[in-house]
Amino acid sequence: MQIFDVFLLEAVINGILLGGILALLALGLNLIFGVIDVVWICYAELIMIGMYSVFYLHNVYHLPLALAFIGCVLLVAALGALLHLLVIRPVLSAEPINQLLVTGGVLFFLQAVATLVFGVEFRNVGVSLPALQVAGMYISFARLIAFGVALAGMVAVYLFLKRTYIGTAIRAISQDRAIMPLMGVNPNRIFVLTSAIGGGLAGLAACLLVLQYDIHPAIGLTFGPITFMVCVLGGLGNMVGGFIAAFIFAQFISVGGYFLALEWGYVLAFLFFIAMMFWRPQGILGGK
Amino acid sequence: MLELANVSAGYGSFQALFDVSLEVNAGESVAVIGPNGAGKTTLLRVISKLLPASAGVVSMEGRPLNDVPAHQVIARGIAQVPENRRLFPKLTVEENLKMGGFLPAVRARFGERLDFVYSLFPRMKERRAQAAGTLSGGEQQMCAIGRALMSGPKLLLLDEPSAGLAPVVVQAIFGMIKRICAEGYTVLIVEQNIRQVLKVVDRAYLLETGRIKMSGAAATLLASDEIRKTYLGL
Repeated sequence: MQIFDVFLLEAVINGILLGGILALLALGLNLIFGVIDVVWICYAELIMIGMYSVFYLHNVYHLPLALAFIGCVLLVAALGALLHLLVIRPVLSAEPINQLLVTGGVLFFLQAVATLVFGVEFRNVGVSLPALQVAGMYISFARLIAFGVALAGMVAVYLFLKRTYIGTAIRAISQDRAIMPLMGVNPNRIFVLTSAIGGGLAGLAACLLVLQYDIHPAIGLTFGPITFMVCVLGGLGNMVGGFIAAFIFAQFISVGGYFLALEWGYVLAFLFFIAMMFWRPQGILGGK
Repeated sequence: MLELANVSAGYGSFQALFDVSLEVNAGESVAVIGPNGAGKTTLLRVISKLLPASAGVVSMEGRPLNDVPAHQVIARGIAQVPENRRLFPKLTVEENLKMGGFLPAVRARFGERLDFVYSLFPRMKERRAQAAGTLSGGEQQMCAIGRALMSGPKLLLLDEPSAGLAPVVVQAIFGMIKRICAEGYTVLIVEQNIRQVLKVVDRAYLLETGRIKMSGAAATLLASDEIRKTYLGL
């Protein structure tokens, strides 16, 4: 009975750690949807590109890991801004279904380009962090770091949105886009900036995930659907809702996986998602 | 200060303004009055560049605004209180005021402007941490006017400040507008509540179906037969 409790606790802790990274993933997507009203279905593919950029900067061009991480965040931020300018801006007033389809197109385009440029073999940055052993439990150090950095990233975004003029404008524009020019705000600039921040968050996630996962062109599929579901579960565009939903979802995966088998965790989580769509389609806290 | 010369504008094939010319001098308060659908809101949208003029010139302090994008009009000293107030409902009162002072050039004076707005509307200071969407109609109008004053504008545009408010509140709002005029602000106000607004402003233009029909001192218009018969029902 004693052993059982320790393993359950380990599963709960791992769930919390996973929740942190899911919350970070959801934050970027929610921020963009909340402000621009477009869902980047290809969000996880930006993470994939970011993971490759860490691999190339660190393992091929031999930059220190810290510089490779900074390079990754900047690169994916630029990619986010570019995605807005080249793909989103032309369809800004189009039907939502068309906006969804075009970012879906970008998803497969980025996967195909990654396969072409990087090849299909699995890559790894080769940084292996030890597992911490605490009171008979094994806690992955990489996950612990990921949790801490993800939380710090979210606090930074929160303070930015609350304290700065630009951050306040980002919150304002999601409430009334049409009158922003009367405040002296150029909505197009805010959109590009928000896209860059969303991209930067994807880049940050890439830095954390690259410590835990092999890199391949389809790695985005590991995170993309789950990120999207966390956002919908929390209420699309609702950043607080996404944060809560991330931790609920992660517990289903982790604790569900503990009681049954690892694969069952995902089955239960997705089943929970479907059930919630019947019961509360607007999300736990409702939309933005 | 503000001059419109033969301005026309519309939405698609619908023309809302025909050859409108008017001017507002520094220190003056001017009203554009007229019935619903006369084009009053369109007029303010054209001045703020939210809607492009199809013909004519809008100039501020002698310089045309034709090539100025909408988000730079406020930098020329023109601030607008939009129709229906249009506060950001989930932002607090103070955050709404902060948005009014968004221009980088006025951020250094944020504290000073905030004090001024709070001295004008002490109620806003009491409610500063409250979400703007939870304010009463009159308080929302104060917040919207305060927001527009945050940039320290040379010209204040007010779009139907009395719309949707109880008569007692309307009285109070016009009292505040009178005080803002007395502070030396130049004001252009668009209003359906003709009797009230003509008691506050110096001059007025009557706009009907997109054309200026009459203009003159507020007292003259208030006494004119046409206004009295058609609009005041006397």
